[in-house]
This record gives sequence, C-alpha cells and structure tokens, in this order.
Amino acid sequence: MSCTDHEGVTAGGAVDVTFLTAHDCRALLADGSVSAVELTQAYLDRIAVVDGGVHAYLSVDAAGALAAAAAVDAKPRGGRKPWEGVPIGLKDVLCVKGMETTCASRILKGYVPPYDATVIAKLRDEGLIFLGKLNMDEFAMGSSTENSAFQVTRNPWDTDRVPGGSSGGSAACVAASLAPWALGTDTGGSIRQPASLCGVVGMKPTYGAVSRYGLIAFASSLDQVGPLTRDVRDAAALLDLIAGRDPRDCTSTGLTEPAGVPGRDDLEGLRFGVIKEYIGSACEPGVLEIFDAAVDAVGALGGVCEEVSLPSVVRGIAAYYIIAPSEASSNLARFDGVRYGHRTAQSEDLYEMYVRTRSEGFGDEVKRRIMIGTYALSAGYYDAYYGQAQRTRTLIIKDFEKAFSRFDYLISPTSPTVAFKVGERMADPLAMYFSDLCTIPVNLAALPALSIPAGFSGGLPVGLQIIGPHYGERGLLGAAHALEQRLAVDVVAPVQPAVAS
Amino acid sequence: MSAGAGLPHDVAAPGVDGAGSGRESWESVIGLEIHVQLSTKTKMFCGCDVTFGQPPNTHVCPVCLGHPGVLPVTNEKAVEYATRVALALDCRISERTIFHRKNYFYPDLPKAYQISQYDLPLGVGGHLDVELEDGSHFTVGITRVHMEEDAGKLIHAGGSSGRIDGADYSLVDFNRGGTPLVEIVTEPDISTPDQARAFLTQLRNLVEQLGVSDVNMEEGSLRCDANVSIRHPGDPFGTKTELKNMNSFRFLHRGLEAEIERQIDLLETGERVVQATVHFDPATGTVSMLRSKEEAHDYRYFPEPDLTPIELDEAYVQKVRAALPELPVARKERLARQYGLPPKDAGSLANNRPLGDYFEALAAATGDPRVSANWVLGDLSAYVNAAGIEVADCPVTVERLAGLLGLIADGTLSGKMAKDVFEAMAATGKDAKSLVAEKGLGQISDTGELEGIIIRLVEENPGPAEEFRQGKDRVLGFFVGQVMKETRGQANPQVVNELLRKHLGAPGG
Repeated sequence: MSCTDHEGVTAGGAVDVTFLTAHDCRALLADGSVSAVELTQAYLDRIAVVDGGVHAYLSVDAAGALAAAAAVDAKPRGGRKPWEGVPIGLKDVLCVKGMETTCASRILKGYVPPYDATVIAKLRDEGLIFLGKLNMDEFAMGSSTENSAFQVTRNPWDTDRVPGGSSGGSAACVAASLAPWALGTDTGGSIRQPASLCGVVGMKPTYGAVSRYGLIAFASSLDQVGPLTRDVRDAAALLDLIAGRDPRDCTSTGLTEPAGVPGRDDLEGLRFGVIKEYIGSACEPGVLEIFDAAVDAVGALGGVCEEVSLPSVVRGIAAYYIIAPSEASSNLARFDGVRYGHRTAQSEDLYEMYVRTRSEGFGDEVKRRIMIGTYALSAGYYDAYYGQAQRTRTLIIKDFEKAFSRFDYLISPTSPTVAFKVGERMADPLAMYFSDLCTIPVNLAALPALSIPAGFSGGLPVGLQIIGPHYGERGLLGAAHALEQRLAVDVVAPVQPAVAS
Repeated sequence: MSAGAGLPHDVAAPGVDGAGSGRESWESVIGLEIHVQLSTKTKMFCGCDVTFGQPPNTHVCPVCLGHPGVLPVTNEKAVEYATRVALALDCRISERTIFHRKNYFYPDLPKAYQISQYDLPLGVGGHLDVELEDGSHFTVGITRVHMEEDAGKLIHAGGSSGRIDGADYSLVDFNRGGTPLVEIVTEPDISTPDQARAFLTQLRNLVEQLGVSDVNMEEGSLRCDANVSIRHPGDPFGTKTELKNMNSFRFLHRGLEAEIERQIDLLETGERVVQATVHFDPATGTVSMLRSKEEAHDYRYFPEPDLTPIELDEAYVQKVRAALPELPVARKERLARQYGLPPKDAGSLANNRPLGDYFEALAAATGDPRVSANWVLGDLSAYVNAAGIEVADCPVTVERLAGLLGLIADGTLSGKMAKDVFEAMAATGKDAKSLVAEKGLGQISDTGELEGIIIRLVEENPGPAEEFRQGKDRVLGFFVGQVMKETRGQANPQVVNELLRKHLGAPGG
C-alpha cells in the first residue's frame, strides 16, 4: 500500500493518517503539506479516538512527541534529515531514556531507564518522533499479547480476537494506523506472527544485524529488533535506520549491505523452497488456501517453487522451549527488588524479599518459563535438556544450510492459524506455543525472515513467511516487494473509533 | 614478607598442645583459590573506572548496575593481563575460551549472575616453584587460571559485628562491581600452613612483577580461599571444607591452623568432617560453619550468550609472552651472576620488583653493587617497612642515596655517620650534601686544619709522644681519641692516623 498525491491531507488541511505509510509521511513533511506538529497531533488524535478499542499503547508521550515535532519544525526543511518528524511507536521492551519502560510487567512498573537503547538513540538522531510505548506479552513471552500485566490488545480486524504476540501492540498499532510504523522484537516469531495476524509487514533481521543494547533481554541468543510496517518499502527503510554494528553489543555485526529501496517486481531466476513440514496438517485449511495462492503468485512472477524437507524443524518448538526459558531464567534474575522496579512492601529477611517481590511482580507465563529454565539448567539435568536442545539447534541450522544450497528463499505460512479469540488459548500453554511453529526455527538458525500480508481467510489476515540466507535482507526485501505488488492485499484494518468509555 | 612470624598467636593457636600421638599422625591437604583484582583502567565489561576508596556508587553505569537491557563488552586489557598471569604460571593458553554465567541471588551481584569462566578457562595445567625460608623447594600445580568480574560490596549497618547477623539494614556499594578478576586455582599440593603462606607470598610477588595488580590483601586486591582436608599419609583424600575470609597472610596461616586443628579434633573424637564452607574470624582466631554442602548453591552455569568466544591464537600468546617482564626466578639468577650477589640477597631483591629495580638503579649510579645491595636490603628496606610506604614513595630516592654513598666513598662521612644522615634524609626529604653542610656533619679531612690540631696535641703531650716513639703503638689510640674529642668526632680517622704517624715520628725512631 502506497499513497501518492497526498491523499492523506484533506481539503481543510487536517491530516487523515489512516492510509499513510512512513514514506507518505516523509513526503508530506518534505514538501510542507503538513508540519511535524500537525502530523504528530493527527496521530495523537487518532490514538485518542481509536486506541480505546484497540489498547495498543501502554503509554502515550504526547508532550514529548509534540515537543520533538516542534523542534523539527523549527529547522528549515532543507536542513533536515530524511526521516525527521516522522512518528513511530515503540514496543515497551526497548529502553528509552526518561520514558517509563515496563516490558508490560508489574515488576518494572514505574521503571524509567537512564539510557537509550542503541536503536532508540539511532532513531532519535534521525529525528523520528516517539509517540509512545506499545503493549506486549510480559517480557515478550507469549503469542497473543494477553500476557501483558496491564491490558489486552485487540486485533483491529476483529476486536474479539488477539493481535498475536508478543509484539501485538506494535502490529495492532500499525494495522489501526496509530503510527505509520513501529518497532517490535522477535525471539521466536514475536514480530512475524502478530504481523501475520494483523495484516501488516513484519521483519526479523539476521541475528546480529541490529544491536540488542537496550532491548530488555528475554533470550539473548534469539532476540532481534525489527520493523512492523504497512509495506515492504517502509520495512527496508526502518531496517536501514536501526541496523549496524554496535560496540556496546559484541554479538552485533550490522548488515553486509544496506537493504536499500526494494523495487523489484518479478522473481525471475529465483528458486523458492516450500517447507514441507509446514504444509498439510500443520496449518488450518483457510491458511493453506491463501498460502497456495501465494505459491502460484511466485510462479506467475517467474519464480520456481519446489517442496523441500527440513526434517529437524519439527523439533524446533521443543528446543526453543528449553533454550529460551533457560536464558530467560538468568536474564530475568536481575529483577530482584534491590535496585529498581517493584519491591514487596513487607519482608522479614532477604530471602522473603526476593520471593515476595518476584511472586508479586511476575505473571504466570513468566513464572512458568523461569521455572522451566531454572530446572533445565540444574546440575544433573543440564546435558539432558540444555545440552540436547543445543544439539537440536545445530541440526536445525544444518537443515537450513542444506536447503539454502538449493534455494534462494524458503517460504511457509507465517502462522498456522488466523487470529484466535481472546482467551481461547490462555488455559492451554502448549496450544499457545504452537502459534510459533513456523517462525521459531528461523530464530534458532539466526536467519532473516519477514511476513507479508498474503490474503484473508474468513475476513482475517493471513501472512506469508519468506526466509532468507544470513545477511540476505536486501534480496529478501526485494523478493517480498515483488510479491507484495502482485498480491495487492488491502492492509487497512476496518477499525472503528472506540465508543468513549 | 614476614607475616605473623613470632607473633603471640603462633603459640596461642587452638589445640596445638596436642592430644597424644594420634594427633601427630594426621597430614593436611590444602588447595588454594586466589582472586587477583586486575589494575586495568576500566572494569571488566563496561567503561567505568576501576577504583579503590572512592565515595560509594560514584563509579557505576547502567551496565555494571545490571539495568534492564544492558550488555557486557569484554575489556581487552583484562584479557591480556590474565594471559600474562597464566603464562607466568606456565599454563597452557586455550586457543578458544568462553565466558559462562554463574547464577545466584545476592544484593551485591546486580545481574544475579556473575560472568565467569567454567569448562573452557583461559589457562590450565601450570605450576609454581616455591622456595621456603630454609632454601628448600616445592612445586604447586596450577589447575586453572580464569577471568571473571567482581561483585559489589555490602555494608551491614547497625548491629555490633559488622556482619549481616544482627544488622539493621544493609547498603550496597557497586564501585567494585565489575572489577576484573583472575581466579587462580591450585592443585591440592600444599601440606602445611607455612607452605601455604610461602606459596601465596611468592605468587603475590610474581603477580606484582607482572604489573597487573596491586596485590594488596588488606585492600582486597588479593584474596585467598582454601580447600582443606586431613588424612593419614597414604590414605585417600578426606572430606574437605572451604575456608574463607582470610584477608591477610597472617590470617591465612592462622585460619589454616585453626581449621586443621578443628578437623583433627573431630576425627580424633570419632566424629566426621562435614563438607561445608567455613568462615575464619580473625577476632577470636576460630572458624565457624557458614553453610553445609546440602544447602550449597547450584550455580546453573551456562555459556554467556551476550559474549562471543575469545580466540587467542599463537601469535597473540607469543606477543604477550614476549612482553612479560623478567620473572623472579630468572631475575634472581641474573642478579647473582651480574652483580656477584649472594643467592639470598639476589632472591630478596628478585622477589620484590620495586626493591630490585631500586637496587639496579643504585648499583648503576654508584658502581658498587655490594654496598648498594647492603643499603637497599638494610637501611632502605627497614625504613620503608617501618614507615609502611612503597619504595617508590620513599623520600630517599635512588639519586639521593647514591649521593649519600658518594659521601662515604670520598671520605666525607663515615659509615656510622651516613646511617644518621640517611634517617635525616628520610625525615626531611633533603639531600645528603645539604644536610651535611647544614649540621656541620662532614668529616674533617682538611689536612691543614687537622695538622694544626695534631701539632698542638703532640706538643702538649710530650710523655705519650715519647712512649709512641719508643714503640708503644697503642698510644696512637690516645692521640686519635684526643683529635676526635677536639673535632667532635668529625675528623676523618684515616687522615688522622696518617698525620699522627707523621708528626709523632716513626716508632722507635
């Protein structure tokens, strides 16, 4: 979806942000159709009207956003950086100096970081306007955003349904035009799955492409920051804004080449592997129907599709639910009530302070994963669980390596199902875990992948996952752009203004 | 270092009176775990200054405070320093070494895990040859040398002991948190508290010479825990305990003695040693159990995912090895050879780098190594030890001491006078020449002045003069005494002797 001729500006000069991509915003600002303050105000107004029904934002920093926008307006238009004045929403897992950052957890309620995450510092330098912090599953653990300690975000396509997760706030925000684009994080599918369920573009870059400094860690060897956008061009632009080697993150490498502006409109000469393990009974029929149409679209664009088996990916969930909780059990240990965040009101001794603080501060899913991870790393169990999971991870990496020796890209449905009903999987953690069936192995193999809207099933969005080789972002986004043009899926959710409550 | 020798505790240690022949039959088995704080400019995983004695929580940042979202970045200098230590202990350097997380909750540990090393440490399989005071040698195997970060410091307020029991509240100072450490683990090759002290002394000297740490036990830049067990010779190892809180060489010795006696007491009375952590209390000289093994932590080590492996290739190791300073064993050998020093003196100078450096500079300035060694190991060492200062901070610099020795060499001062001048130099910071001039201390070597006195004395004492001439050589002493009396002891004795013989005439002549 791209918008030309400034259809976002109505006759009276007020801004209708409903259809705007970030590129549209940039163009409106560049030719003076709107000021940065007007644009920011338009998003704040829409948030005020619509977000009461979506609950995407945990906090909106209207004053800070307007002040930053006014500072942009004070500069001559010719002296601005390309994206100055374009608003953005931020998943609440990213530290923003001076802005409450909670990871949607009671244990960090009131925590105000003393520093900017590297991705935030980069966006600040480029002059982007931070509208506020977006809801998520607590500590990014979940696939529906229902694990937030503070609110349940609704899917803008059907507010009885979840937006996916854990970056559900980011996906819903973009789908409902509550920001032109947003940042999310992806540990096992947390950008791609909600993007799929909300009908937007979501990309997880190659592990290391983007700095993790200031991303509150869930699973350090899997976490990556990435864009959620309305189209592929915006995803490429936001990726280039945040990617780069960071001396503060020694696991970061940056990209080998910038994503650039994807303009490709055919897939001639490209070989696509259809991951056999993810078609058939793994996904619901409505999803497979849309996926089959996408496979046809690849062929129509000159690409070649062929089934490929990656036998070890079926063990992905098992390996992931050892590795990720193990790392999480250690990463989340610092939330101990000593230095910041929640501390229990009453305790007799140190041990009780720890137990009460953490019992009160963490939600059920976080506790479950801390317990799983603590157990998996225990003396006597380490090799049987953590060691075994790492060996499985190696097998998955090898399967992908083998597949990429034959194919340029691998494709699958992003999510086995469309958006499910709020509450539907909350009592069944395993059903919830299977939401990330198709996305988890990509994180284990550190590969780049994105989800683009591929169509609808029963009125709900279905996403197509395209997986690339390490550091293949530029080509991956190019191929995604060609498919996006061909599929021409309408990505504006029919969200209604919320009834004032 | 003569920690503790001759102090009262040596006789007051609990239970050394022995309870019969049974007690004598036990031998102790000791292994040490030594933590050395590296004197890098910045911390192990962030850019904060490494400090000591600064106001609490003034050298901290989001990284070393364990804020959400922060990541560690390894200090290259710390890796280099740790490699130096490992090489100096003859360890094999791992080509690929990784960090692990050691997980446990404590308020001084901000991330609730310590970044440490586990099954792939920096160096393994080294050894250190230790020389005892009687000149005998023994070898201690070095199991491993690894890198880790230090914790913060807890201050327990209220209560009487300063310990957590009975405290009203506790405060945390994170200045020390994240300071780079190397941990050195020995094989259980040490069999007495004396040996343990000799080993640690030698290790401290070695690390000091490497220039990578202040190695100050009182300030905590050198810390030592001990694994202790006892057995009858030839038997398998007994159950060991881990002895902590020995923050001086003296307390290491005392703590080991107390723990060994405690274990002997238990086994001699039919009880058993329980595997546990044991705390030494310097105030009472006794040990107490902290926690038994059953309550011990499961640290849930796993590879630190925030840090990439460190590759130390042969070229790197060669570079670090080539840059190592001369180590004590080699220096002792060289000092003995180059300067003709007795082995004991050469050893003393080699084991104390600042003192050795001082000596070599002084020997070069004076051209007399023997005299230089005597002064450095004698008056200079005595002074800096008594004053509790470093050699580098001594007001009597190499240049000044060389000046003093020059005044002895040219006869201005006698050796005895020079000792007094040395003390005055140390006290005032002035040089020898000006002190001699100020106090009129110089020897009178002026032949004219002395000759006048002597001619007069010979005239005034015709009797003794005659006795000398008739062969009573000892009468010369009478005249020397008179000259010294007249010159308040400042006459150059050699010149006085010559002049007296000249003016008294040859004996029997």
